[in-house]
Amino acid sequence: MSAVIFFIAAIGAITGAFGVVMLRNPFYSVLALAFHLVSLAALFLLLRAEFVAAAQVIVYAGAVMVLYVFVVAYVGGGEQLTTRGALRVLGPLFALALAIELCIAMLGAGLKGVNSKGAAFVPGFGAPRSIGQLFLTKFLFPFELASILLLVAAVGAVVLARRRRGLEPDEQFELRVHAPRPAWTGTMAEAGGIRLPVPEEPIASAEPVGTATTGDGAGSPDSEHEGGW
Amino acid sequence: MNIGWYLVVSAIIFCIGAGGVLVRRNPLVILLCLELMLNAANLALVAFARMWGNEDGQIFALIVMVVAAAEVTVGLGLVVAIYRRRLPIDVDELNELQG
Amino acid sequence: MSTTTFGWLVLACPIAGTMLIGFGYARWPGRSAGWIATLAIALSFVFSVIAFVKLLGLSPDHRQVTSSLWDYDVSAGVDAKLQILIDPLSIFMMLVVSGVSMLIHLYSVSYMTFDKGYSRYFSYLNYFVFSMLLLVEAGNFVVLIVGWAFVGAASYLLISFWYRRTTATRAGIKAFVINVVGDVGLVIATFIIFDHTGTVQFLPVFHAVPHDFAHNGAPIVLACLLLLVGAFAKSAQVPLHTWLPDAMEGPTPVSALIHAATMVTAGVYLIARMHVLFEWAPTAADVGAIGGCLTLVLAATVALVMTDIKRVIAYSTMSQIGYMIMGVCVGAYSAGLFHLMTHAFFKALLFMAAGSIIGAMAGDQSLDRMSGFRKALPFTFICFIVGGLALSGMPPFSGWLSKDDIIGFLDYRGGGFEVLGIVGYIGALLTGIYTFRMIFRAFFNEPCEEAQELEHGHLHHAEVPRNPMTGEEEDTDVGFPGPGHFIAEREVPMKIAMSALAVLAVIGGLVQIPGIDDAVTKFLEPTFADSKYVHVEVSTGSAWVGLIIGALIAIGGITIAYRIWVTQRGTSTRLMERFSGAYVFLSNKWYFDEIIDFAIVRPTAWVGRVVTTAFERGVIGGVTDGTASAVRAGGAAVRRAQTGFLRYYAALMIVCVAGVTLYFLISSS
Repeated sequence: MSAVIFFIAAIGAITGAFGVVMLRNPFYSVLALAFHLVSLAALFLLLRAEFVAAAQVIVYAGAVMVLYVFVVAYVGGGEQLTTRGALRVLGPLFALALAIELCIAMLGAGLKGVNSKGAAFVPGFGAPRSIGQLFLTKFLFPFELASILLLVAAVGAVVLARRRRGLEPDEQFELRVHAPRPAWTGTMAEAGGIRLPVPEEPIASAEPVGTATTGDGAGSPDSEHEGGW
Repeated sequence: MNIGWYLVVSAIIFCIGAGGVLVRRNPLVILLCLELMLNAANLALVAFARMWGNEDGQIFALIVMVVAAAEVTVGLGLVVAIYRRRLPIDVDELNELQG
Repeated sequence: MSTTTFGWLVLACPIAGTMLIGFGYARWPGRSAGWIATLAIALSFVFSVIAFVKLLGLSPDHRQVTSSLWDYDVSAGVDAKLQILIDPLSIFMMLVVSGVSMLIHLYSVSYMTFDKGYSRYFSYLNYFVFSMLLLVEAGNFVVLIVGWAFVGAASYLLISFWYRRTTATRAGIKAFVINVVGDVGLVIATFIIFDHTGTVQFLPVFHAVPHDFAHNGAPIVLACLLLLVGAFAKSAQVPLHTWLPDAMEGPTPVSALIHAATMVTAGVYLIARMHVLFEWAPTAADVGAIGGCLTLVLAATVALVMTDIKRVIAYSTMSQIGYMIMGVCVGAYSAGLFHLMTHAFFKALLFMAAGSIIGAMAGDQSLDRMSGFRKALPFTFICFIVGGLALSGMPPFSGWLSKDDIIGFLDYRGGGFEVLGIVGYIGALLTGIYTFRMIFRAFFNEPCEEAQELEHGHLHHAEVPRNPMTGEEEDTDVGFPGPGHFIAEREVPMKIAMSALAVLAVIGGLVQIPGIDDAVTKFLEPTFADSKYVHVEVSTGSAWVGLIIGALIAIGGITIAYRIWVTQRGTSTRLMERFSGAYVFLSNKWYFDEIIDFAIVRPTAWVGRVVTTAFERGVIGGVTDGTASAVRAGGAAVRRAQTGFLRYYAALMIVCVAGVTLYFLISSS
């Protein structure tokens, strides 16, 4: 019985994974991931990790995926599936190689420590009670650290995504950046009389249209000469 | 049930996620593939916890989930910030951290 | 207190004077720096006299005493202590140096008044006297070299004293560079001697020379030739003499002290001190004698045509030192040193008198413009006459006795040295001519404008101060001569100093009259006891014959000069026109400057240029810049891995993970 459920859940998880990778619309990828997460929760249940399964569904599929949905809705998406160039072929190839290696490790005699059946089942294994006990005794420190991490992440997210005062989405945003000094200036050169002309206009500016101008502006003086250190 | 099967599933999901990271261009989808990889790790952890009869693996998996959540938060915040800057949402175009 | 204590005190006074004046140089009011300096040297002279007396109190066998203060350079087999050697030779030199220096300091007190660098001048002058005393008191080669180098440095500082004059700074550099050539010779000679004898102290070296060196063998000859290089550079002998005329750019008292009485005699002292080595290497001694002889006659011929009064006297110095070098190289040590002493007296006197007449000319040094100062400068005239007669070798002045002492010894040694003796007589004739040419031109005939002004009691002052050689305009601020011009008639310190020297120039010869007394020889005997010529006694008869010949030659030279420049006025112009080729040749000082410039200065400058451009930029620049650009290129190559493309980084990671997994798989199976 458990084997049947295992296979269903496993196939579900793998299907979901493929879906994430191959679906063109990012919205569909999110949905595929949600499906994958639920299948994984089932697998966790099979492994007697009730609390983890519940956390998976509530936190991951519940909160994180909702966050994703919102962001995808905001940002939009939909573009080409894969990259140009070598990685189009090489990427899956590398992944396949890694998969084969890992499977050989698992199924063959590679990982000697893998026990077939697992330990005997103790009632209360994986129950919230024992998890909670462990969190508050043996793993108290990681528990607290994890909370701080969450705090940091929350603050960070707010800082990253806040709206700067006065900036409207359709306003042009200018960056005033002076070109980095080329290698042939410095105190010695200045002592010899060479002076850098100070640029009067801003070198780099960001156009409202999403082209790569910022990349050109600040990037090109760097790439033109070698010694801009 | 043989623990090895679970590990195989975990390996497959990991590699699918890795392939996805290498292949997709949308940063959001790349983040999703990262989630896949993290989940695969979680599965392996819980499988081993079951194998040894030790709940430490499950604790570890929970912490990994917390970390993944935090990472997603920040990552999505970055994507939003990039979008606000009118930059293309395409990792091939976002290559300033170079040199 | 022992003799050597006084030796140290003699050294201590001038250096104390230097530091005292030097540290407070901006604050010494008026002429106090001058008086302090003079006092320091006077003390030094007093201590020298006391040391002299105490040395005489020791028995003749024990008159070579050394004293060390501390270990100066004791390492790797070299045992050089800060050591002085007090023996008759060093006492003799100390007395001459400190005595004449004292009088020159006195002279300078008024001569350099109103010069903005007054205190600096006296600090340097004291430093020079200290260095010279260190040189003559040195008890080992290392201290000798230190004193030698200090003297060169002091000479440089004093020649370029008026440092805003380009001619002066160039002259200082020239003097210093040529002196350094001499220093190299001295140092290498020291190495050779140390290599063979194992010690650097004088007395042990002198005892060890007969054992450790083969007679007239290559090492000792080489060492002595190198010592000669040092001596010739310091004493301005051919071919290292070109710095001395240029050194006249310094103030006149400096010329008197350094380039007449003391520094240029250091070479003579060196050869006299190293007489054991030179007697063991007769080849080198002969080379030295010939060099001295050449210089003697070359300098005398050039002095005939020089128009700058100081340069006439400078060439005269060069010529007289040629006599001294000739003397000490052939073994006439006491004769050479006796001439050193008398020369110090009358040459310093001549320079001082020249300073007086230059003061009357408001800084102009050219003989062409001076004439008829007899009535205007009577005291200076007398000093010139006294000095000139002593220089020419007129009896009974000191120069007569000392010069013929040397020539008499040369005649005694016979053979090739007779030729040197005859050349010496020729030089004496020329000496008489050029000396009195200078005196007659400057003091006889119609008074020039400045002389006429002075006769009416008004000292001429130039409106615009000028460089006496090039005529460039100057000012009187620091770095150029001050606005004061002083003549002996009006300045008491100058008069006192010059009178003292005039008296010494007259009576100085009395200490060594052949047949009557040989005070100098007897006094110096302990030093030269190990010389093979120490018991040479030129017979009184032949000595007096030589003296009479010398007197006749002197009178002859003076008469010739009198006829050319006083009675038959146009003769000199006619001679110039008839022998114009010779005149040009002599005026250009035998073209030595040009030859040295062509043969040495230009190739060296060329090498410098080549090294700068090719070697410095190419090789060294290439190595350093090359390393830098290699690193930069390497960095650029590695930087290409930082593409900024996320997925390439991820691919790299996946590949590496796969690789690591593979490794573990293989290693565990």
